[in-house]
Amino acid sequence: MDKFLPRLPFAEWIDNGVDWLVVTFGTVFDGISDFLKGIVEGSVEWLDMVPSILLAVLFALLAWFVSTRRIALFTLIGLLFIDYLGYWYPMLQMLALVLTSVFFALIIGIPVGIWGSQQATARKIINPLLDLMQTMPAFVYLLPAIFFFNIGVVPGVVASVIFSMPPTIRLTMLGIQQVPKDLIEATEAFGSTTWQRLTKVQIPLAKPTIMAGVNQSIMLSLSMVVIASMVGAPGLGEEVYRAVTQLKTGVGFEAGLSIVIVAIILDRVTQHAGKKKQGGITK
Amino acid sequence: MSDQIASKKIEVINTTKIFGKNAKRASQLLNEGKTKGEILKATGATVGVKNASFDVYEGEIFVIMGLSGSGKSTLVRLLNRLIDPTMGNILLDGEDIVGMNKEQLRNVRRKKIGMVFQNFALFPHKTILENAEYGLEIQGVAKAERQAKAKESLGLVGLAGYEDQFPSQLSGGMQQRVGLARALANGPDILLMDEAFSALDPLIRKDMQDELLQLHNDMGKTIIFITHDLDEALRIGDRIALMKDGEIVQVGTPEEILMSPSNEYVERFVEDVDLSKVLTAGHIMKKAETVQIDRGARVALRMMKQLGISSIYVVDKAKRLLGAVTAQDASSAIEKGKTLEEIMINDLPMILLDTVLIDLFDIVSTAVIPVAVVDENNKLQGIIIRGALIGALSGDNQFINNNGTFDSDSDEQTDTEVKVNG
Repeated sequence: MDKFLPRLPFAEWIDNGVDWLVVTFGTVFDGISDFLKGIVEGSVEWLDMVPSILLAVLFALLAWFVSTRRIALFTLIGLLFIDYLGYWYPMLQMLALVLTSVFFALIIGIPVGIWGSQQATARKIINPLLDLMQTMPAFVYLLPAIFFFNIGVVPGVVASVIFSMPPTIRLTMLGIQQVPKDLIEATEAFGSTTWQRLTKVQIPLAKPTIMAGVNQSIMLSLSMVVIASMVGAPGLGEEVYRAVTQLKTGVGFEAGLSIVIVAIILDRVTQHAGKKKQGGITK
Repeated sequence: MSDQIASKKIEVINTTKIFGKNAKRASQLLNEGKTKGEILKATGATVGVKNASFDVYEGEIFVIMGLSGSGKSTLVRLLNRLIDPTMGNILLDGEDIVGMNKEQLRNVRRKKIGMVFQNFALFPHKTILENAEYGLEIQGVAKAERQAKAKESLGLVGLAGYEDQFPSQLSGGMQQRVGLARALANGPDILLMDEAFSALDPLIRKDMQDELLQLHNDMGKTIIFITHDLDEALRIGDRIALMKDGEIVQVGTPEEILMSPSNEYVERFVEDVDLSKVLTAGHIMKKAETVQIDRGARVALRMMKQLGISSIYVVDKAKRLLGAVTAQDASSAIEKGKTLEEIMINDLPMILLDTVLIDLFDIVSTAVIPVAVVDENNKLQGIIIRGALIGALSGDNQFINNNGTFDSDSDEQTDTEVKVNG
């Protein structure tokens, strides 16, 4: 092979590209970095101002409002248990990281998904990109993220956003495309604009599917917390990482269990939020 | 419905729809007279509608009928451009919708054309009222006003009181009423109904057909109705277009389609039709011989002798049926010096012009003299003799009057141009 085709220096190109980006857009990245850091650390500070027990009760009430009493009860007990184990503050840090990541994954992912649902050409661009985002090992883009955003919570957020966005985009596209053709025809036949068709029929009907995507994004983002901790993101992930590197199996399990509890709460609550309020009747 | 004076609501002129990438090449082949199958083989493109031309008149129910795959659903979607035609023009009130931009087209869809779908296509996340409101909602009509209009049209279809239910809580027939109400709420001139009743069971379908006819009578909208069911087409259509392989094979009134099929395909299509449910008294009646009441028994008897008949109908000056006299009664009246009024039979069996044959059997089989056919004003139109009834049922054209019209008397010609389905 070598004789016929010269080896193209892809790695070198990418290195040069990253260097160029860092130098050229340094201030932009710094701005983004400060912004994200402000959001995550700010929300941790705010949440920490509330006494842990009160906050656990508030979360439980919120869970009750959105889903069922059983889930609310589990939320209360689970959070109090985490508090009892002494992982309250790391839990808050992780929650801030996860929710910030999911927030950005959604405000980028849902519009992209809607766009993709409308245009076949858009889908041709989006789909391979999503494959790349989901299968490219997270460590690989964690590295340039450090160059761009320094060590700390921000590269963690960025990596989580990239990793957790695909399901939201995919399921938004799917949900909208799955709206029956005759309903689309009906909206068209009555003279709807594209925007009216989307907002009055397609998105409301796609909501359960979109919510399933949101749920998956949250889960993926949670699965990133340990990896994010390797670049310095604080939280429960950091506790697990430290326990593993120091071979403290017990501590690792405690922190890991706390992550699982938070994951179950978020999963159940978002699943129910998707099912509820669907035209009064399940169909 | 007298459509001699009706204006053209929709004109479809040489409209073709070809699906697929090679539309241009395919339309070339089409012009060369190639068939649908040959074009599919040569280009991979499917001919949906082939060179369709027809007019729809204001206020009529125009039925497009054909088997599945005949292109009828495509054709109806060309009318509001849910599908864009490949070639041709479609004029709506004289305006070509093919050349319209998106904005103009939206306006036409919002104001002029309502559509009802085969599988109802109701929005499952909206209540019945919200469904009926939809057309007005997207036009930006204020909530109170659009709710009032939506309620009104729900009332028209008999769904008052169901406003807050969801579509999945209603039966199929009721769901389609919502579909109809949703289309009516906009106040369109034209209703497109794509196999609107095909998903309903037969009894409900019949009810819905009756109600549609009633609504049509009350509101006078132009309705284009797609169906694969010949009985349905004959029942509700003022005129029917029959489609096969994307082509319109014949356009005509139900009678024309049944009585003079333009080709073998139409003939085969209609051969199983139960004529007794389609033909009416007007189709098989014969000229009635009449005598005016003030003429006296002598005149009546002479007329019967001349014509070689044994009874004659007695009418007033306005040709309203009063009764009948037999030759026997007339001659005895002459002997006793009685008037026609004294001897005529008053309780004659009478039927209306548009009575279908199946409802005639009883009365015709028991009648002593031929049954009289009258219009709503009791004017005598003709008579029914048994032989004609049986002959017509056997499909013998010699017993069937074309178009259901009948020249009962040369001086009454203007008055008797009566369409049977009208």
